[in-house]
Amino acid sequence: METERLRPTVTQREQWEVEAKVSDIYQLFSSVPHHAQTIMSELRRDKHLDFVTKGLGRLGPSYCVLDANRPWLCYWILHSIALLGDSVDSELENNSIDFLNRCQDPCGGYAGGPGQIPHLATTYGAVNSLLTLGGQRALSSINRDNMRTFMLRMKQPSGAFRMHDAGEIDVRACYTAISVASVLKILDYELVQNVGDYILSCQTYEGGIAGEPGSEAHGGYTFCGLAAMILINESDRLDLPSLINWVAFRQGVECGFQGRANKLVDGCYSFWQGGVFALIRRLHSLIDQQLRPSEVGEGNLTSGNIKTAASSTLSKQVCGLELTSSDDDETSHFGGGELSDIGYYFVKGRAELEPLFHSIALQQYILLCSQVQEGGFRDKPGKHRDYYHTCYCLCGLSVCQYSWSKLADSSPLPRSLFGPYSNLLEPIHPLYNIVLDKYEEAHDFFSRS
Amino acid sequence: MDSDEDERIPFTQRPEWSDIKPVPQDDGPNPVVSIAYHEDFRETMDYFRAVYLADERTPRSLSLTREAIAMNAGNYTVWHFRRLILETLNADLHDELVFIENIAKSNPKNYQIWHHRRWVAEKLGTEEARSMELKFTRKILSLDAKNYHAWSHRQWVLQALGGWEDELDYCQQLLEEDVYNNSVWNQRYFIITRSPLLGGLTAMRESEVRYTIEVILSNPDNESPWRYLRGLYKGDTELVVSEPQVSSLCLKVLSIRGNIFALNLLLDILCHGLQPSEELKRVVEGLTNSNSDSTDSSLAIKVCSVLETLDPMRSNYWAWRKANLPSHAITI
Repeated sequence: METERLRPTVTQREQWEVEAKVSDIYQLFSSVPHHAQTIMSELRRDKHLDFVTKGLGRLGPSYCVLDANRPWLCYWILHSIALLGDSVDSELENNSIDFLNRCQDPCGGYAGGPGQIPHLATTYGAVNSLLTLGGQRALSSINRDNMRTFMLRMKQPSGAFRMHDAGEIDVRACYTAISVASVLKILDYELVQNVGDYILSCQTYEGGIAGEPGSEAHGGYTFCGLAAMILINESDRLDLPSLINWVAFRQGVECGFQGRANKLVDGCYSFWQGGVFALIRRLHSLIDQQLRPSEVGEGNLTSGNIKTAASSTLSKQVCGLELTSSDDDETSHFGGGELSDIGYYFVKGRAELEPLFHSIALQQYILLCSQVQEGGFRDKPGKHRDYYHTCYCLCGLSVCQYSWSKLADSSPLPRSLFGPYSNLLEPIHPLYNIVLDKYEEAHDFFSRS
Repeated sequence: MDSDEDERIPFTQRPEWSDIKPVPQDDGPNPVVSIAYHEDFRETMDYFRAVYLADERTPRSLSLTREAIAMNAGNYTVWHFRRLILETLNADLHDELVFIENIAKSNPKNYQIWHHRRWVAEKLGTEEARSMELKFTRKILSLDAKNYHAWSHRQWVLQALGGWEDELDYCQQLLEEDVYNNSVWNQRYFIITRSPLLGGLTAMRESEVRYTIEVILSNPDNESPWRYLRGLYKGDTELVVSEPQVSSLCLKVLSIRGNIFALNLLLDILCHGLQPSEELKRVVEGLTNSNSDSTDSSLAIKVCSVLETLDPMRSNYWAWRKANLPSHAITI
């Protein structure tokens, strides 16, 4: 097609515009002396804390468009604060717990605001907020029995979940439900049934995962799909080499990640795509099996499908640790404890794989292109900062910093960081996306109760 | 986003609402993330809460949901209640389509709007509804050809209501406008694999491979057709290895210059058992740095080395691939 070669398409034009902006920033960076580079690459911790803490209080009228997403706002802000190694004062903490409790529906789950109907995404935001706050009051405020009832109501025969009563069905709903159920230790066979089939049907010919079967491979849904599959112990059903290849190609010349092929870089994908690599690192033996199927003989590694377990023991190798479940009846049955323990064991072993993406380059994009000098983070240069991008750029940054750490919480070496070592953030649990020490606390709490 | 330019009349001044006691939001004494609502917004939502709690499903409450949605199209509770009212009133859903189209213009990426649209279309279920949906998504896509919701909705329409006849042509048109539009390639895959009017992937493969190779050759830097081509052989690795067009495509492109997609595909088929020709080995050799691997390294190893240099962003990934090649790919 002659015209195509001569006239740039919309995709090409937009891409070149972004590349030019980003390139200006990197060129400036490489042209300044070393001490100026240190300043440019510094994480503006105090400014970010100011920005997010203000948001926790009062938001302007334009935020009425997020009036049905307030637990999300809580999570984006509280998680950002925790990643920055800080915490809120006890007054704000109590107010947050009280407010989230008002979003909790008497029949289970959390809504976008007081008086609204419960929704899986706002449930995820609320639960993760409470876990991030930690402590007896926050954790005990979650009604787990009702939560389970709510989730079962959202559960569809296909295995997937609806976001809310008569709401939409997609891979996000599956992840938010599974993640919350897992971290609250209420995940069981009933909730897990067939969801693996649904997510599997969402892996596309490109290798990534879509929101619904047939849709386009997308970073957000790829993270959700993979994390959910890991949590239900069925990640080996995915074509992992294909998935890894797709995600690896999402990192472009701008150094950040795009959400889909031939689309623009966006800071939030630092987590959605970058986080996939944090998960992949700990699936070492499963990936080996798929890369070289005839060569890797690991005993009775089965497909991991709970339903097809005809043998009396089902073994799963996750990160060098074996999880065994024995079933006495025909249907292989994980009790609530064992399924919910997957998240716990996932971060316990050693991650043997090197990072398969360019961690330093991504940190460069986050700190030089997404970071806003006055505080907060944005999608890309030219866009405005917001709490969502602040949260996901920070967790993406954390993932990068810890991408060589063999143990989930071991302090990175200075060379793992772009910029000064004072940029170091807290490590997260990559399946649930809450800071690791808060996860540990929640795990202890819910294991006891 | 409002159709009328008139001043909004507060509910307290509307006689038809005089019987309703507005219900304030129960934010508690010390809320967090509290929004400084405009008075209009607050009042509308107070009245919404009143009718919602009373489960009042009347024309006036329907009209109230319209006002609430106009102020915050993301309030899924309002949408949910609107659907309940529409059902109870047995309302004409054609009007609903017009309503949605108007707000979609200013909120094209809003989940609730698209979900509502799907609900309406499903309830109508007619051929007329089908053509309206195809027309609607076409309109949205003309403003943003990659709108994720629009494409998902369009796929749902095709599967639930039909209308496959013109879809491949539509894809063709969009690819002519922007061959880099990955959403269109994805749609193409959807059509050739699922359209009841076509024979399925196996039947369509030959013509699609020919078409895709043509597109690749005119824009080898476009990732989309490369992934599409590989996708045409999904689930059939033997075929992609044995199909001469695939390896010769890699040869053709690499003879011009190092191209990471060609190398990626070549590595893939080598790992799946391709016995490379001498020509292919020569071309890759030409791309290598003479200081790297010894001359008797396998082609797959050389491809990985070339990629580590040509594609530094993914150097860790290529190093990992090199270290994890299947044994047969290390010896050839």
